[in-house]
Amino acid sequence: MAVGQVYGKRPVRFLIGVFVWFFRGLPVLVLLFLFFFGIFPGLGLNVPAMVVGATVLGLRGAAYQSQIFRGAIQSVSEGQMIAARSVGMTKLQSIRHVILPQAVRVALPGWSNEYPNILTDSSICYAIGVMELMTRTSQIVSNTSVTMPIYLVCAGIFILLNFAGMRVLHLIEKKIQIPGFGTGAV
Amino acid sequence: MDQSEFLFQILLPLLMEGFAVTIKLIVLTAPFGLILGILVAVGRVYGSKPISLLCKGAVGFIKGTPLLLMLFILYFGLPSVGITLSAFVASLVGFIMCNGAYNSEYIRGAISSVKEDQMIAAQALGMTRMQAVRHIILPQALIRSIPGLSNEFIYLIKYSSLAYMLTVIELTGAGKMVATKYFEFTEVFMIVGMGYLLLVTITTIAVMLIERKVAVPGMTQSGRNMLDIL
Amino acid sequence: MKNNETILRVENIHKSFGDLEVLKGVSFDVKRGETICFIGPSGTGKSTLLRCINLLTQPDQGSVWLGDAEVTNSGKSINHFRQRIGMVFQNFFLFDHLTAVRNVEVALIKVRGMKPKEAREKALDELRQVGMEEWAEHYPAELSGGQAQRVSIARALAMNPDVILFDEPTSALDPELTREVLEVMKKLALAGMTMLVVTHEMGFACSVANRIMFMEHGEIKEQGSPEELMNDTKFERCRNFIGQFDQINGD
Repeated sequence: MAVGQVYGKRPVRFLIGVFVWFFRGLPVLVLLFLFFFGIFPGLGLNVPAMVVGATVLGLRGAAYQSQIFRGAIQSVSEGQMIAARSVGMTKLQSIRHVILPQAVRVALPGWSNEYPNILTDSSICYAIGVMELMTRTSQIVSNTSVTMPIYLVCAGIFILLNFAGMRVLHLIEKKIQIPGFGTGAV
Repeated sequence: MDQSEFLFQILLPLLMEGFAVTIKLIVLTAPFGLILGILVAVGRVYGSKPISLLCKGAVGFIKGTPLLLMLFILYFGLPSVGITLSAFVASLVGFIMCNGAYNSEYIRGAISSVKEDQMIAAQALGMTRMQAVRHIILPQALIRSIPGLSNEFIYLIKYSSLAYMLTVIELTGAGKMVATKYFEFTEVFMIVGMGYLLLVTITTIAVMLIERKVAVPGMTQSGRNMLDIL
Repeated sequence: MKNNETILRVENIHKSFGDLEVLKGVSFDVKRGETICFIGPSGTGKSTLLRCINLLTQPDQGSVWLGDAEVTNSGKSINHFRQRIGMVFQNFFLFDHLTAVRNVEVALIKVRGMKPKEAREKALDELRQVGMEEWAEHYPAELSGGQAQRVSIARALAMNPDVILFDEPTSALDPELTREVLEVMKKLALAGMTMLVVTHEMGFACSVANRIMFMEHGEIKEQGSPEELMNDTKFERCRNFIGQFDQINGD
């Protein structure tokens, strides 16, 4: 999507722009309601809540990440494209072999920041009844009437997941780091 | 029932009520979130070791915990330790904590990007450390954090919808009620969505105007794309 | 104009950074209205010495006196002394978010508690002194190095300091911009401002300074008036040092 937005033709860019605007401008909760109660049943589809949640979070994540990636592509200097073309690569080849490998490294810190957002957003799927951590927690709370400790355990699990995920992303970042290129650590 | 009758006589009036609550949540959260953000950021950078650690831990906890869970803790959890908050107040507290924690990260980053020489020059003029932070470092840090802070404000607009999960009838809640009653999900949530997009778009424009107004040559980049901050 | 009152006394200043002893017991007196230039190879502690005077760097040993009051060990009132000891930095250190005039007035308002209107007048006065009045509303990023340095001189002047410390004020500037800054400094010296100047500008040192101090390896090795420097045999090392400069410049 990011590639389309930078290098694509006008209508392509416009369509992607609208898509991104829609998914980034709306609250997750509204998107979930819209797809779960509105669009999927409206199309006559009976889609389980789990799938709706994954679809919405996925599309939304794509919208956000395309923006991070777009910034990264644009940050790769014009000269790189010109140099790639000058050694006889096609535009597509230049993008694939020269621009993207650089852009990925620039974008990774941004992705690392996006990951906890998706993780915490996932809790909102509770609203349409997906059996995720949040839903389970609420069930236990209402069954046992012990509240605080259970909520805190739940928070602890989220924080742990968060931490673990960040570690992995940082490791990848370190692994693909090139001397003199980018800042490396966030 | 006639479509336009439903739209104008039932849906919009109810949604407007919800919209008003949404705006109330946002307008009440933003200033406190900003103040909290500034305090925590300054505490982390300039505070003594325990204060700095405390701020860091609190931010880590708030950022790591889903906002929805935080709201549940405030609304359903706190009564078990003897603190009962109304749904509206609990939402507000949760939003302020969340907004403040993220704001503090932007401001902290901006503070550390202010060069050391600014502090030295201020002290050479006879300012105390606190005066230098207040009059020299923070103004620069705040100018630099405008993009981040406005991003956070836009997030706030969107996550204000979570107040509905605590039974606060704001825009999303009002939409859900009407939609359930009249079984018009797609239409209603499209309009609800428009409401949020409207707020987000207005904010984006306002931010651009503010940025132009406080632009300092050599410190801010102008001419950012509108989509960049959406 | 000149009387013989000692305004600043520096006694036996020592300073080490880790294992490196930068200052090995530096002492001197400054009389009101004097201009003293510190010259010598780089890395001999000249800038550190200036920073020890207003305690931007804490000396390990020794004392600094402004008039009858001790600056070292002054605890919280150090900020009071810093108001009376102005400082001009090599890289200007203007406040990036403030216009030229706001740079000059900010300490007047926030530290001195002066009324904004009064402070503005005073700031514009000082900018006039350094020929920068027309640039009052410009931000640091819009000024040339020479202009920025003149604003920073105005900022120091505005506090009506007893002494101004100049830490290599022209080292970051092109020759042409250097001249406009040196002219301002010369004017100040003639007007009776007490100035300590760390500089590599020998021409300025010889024509403006009352005394020249030659520093090497953390000590003041030789000191005297510019005339003595030119003629007296005791200034051999200093002349050798300057000679190197002339050779380089001559080539």
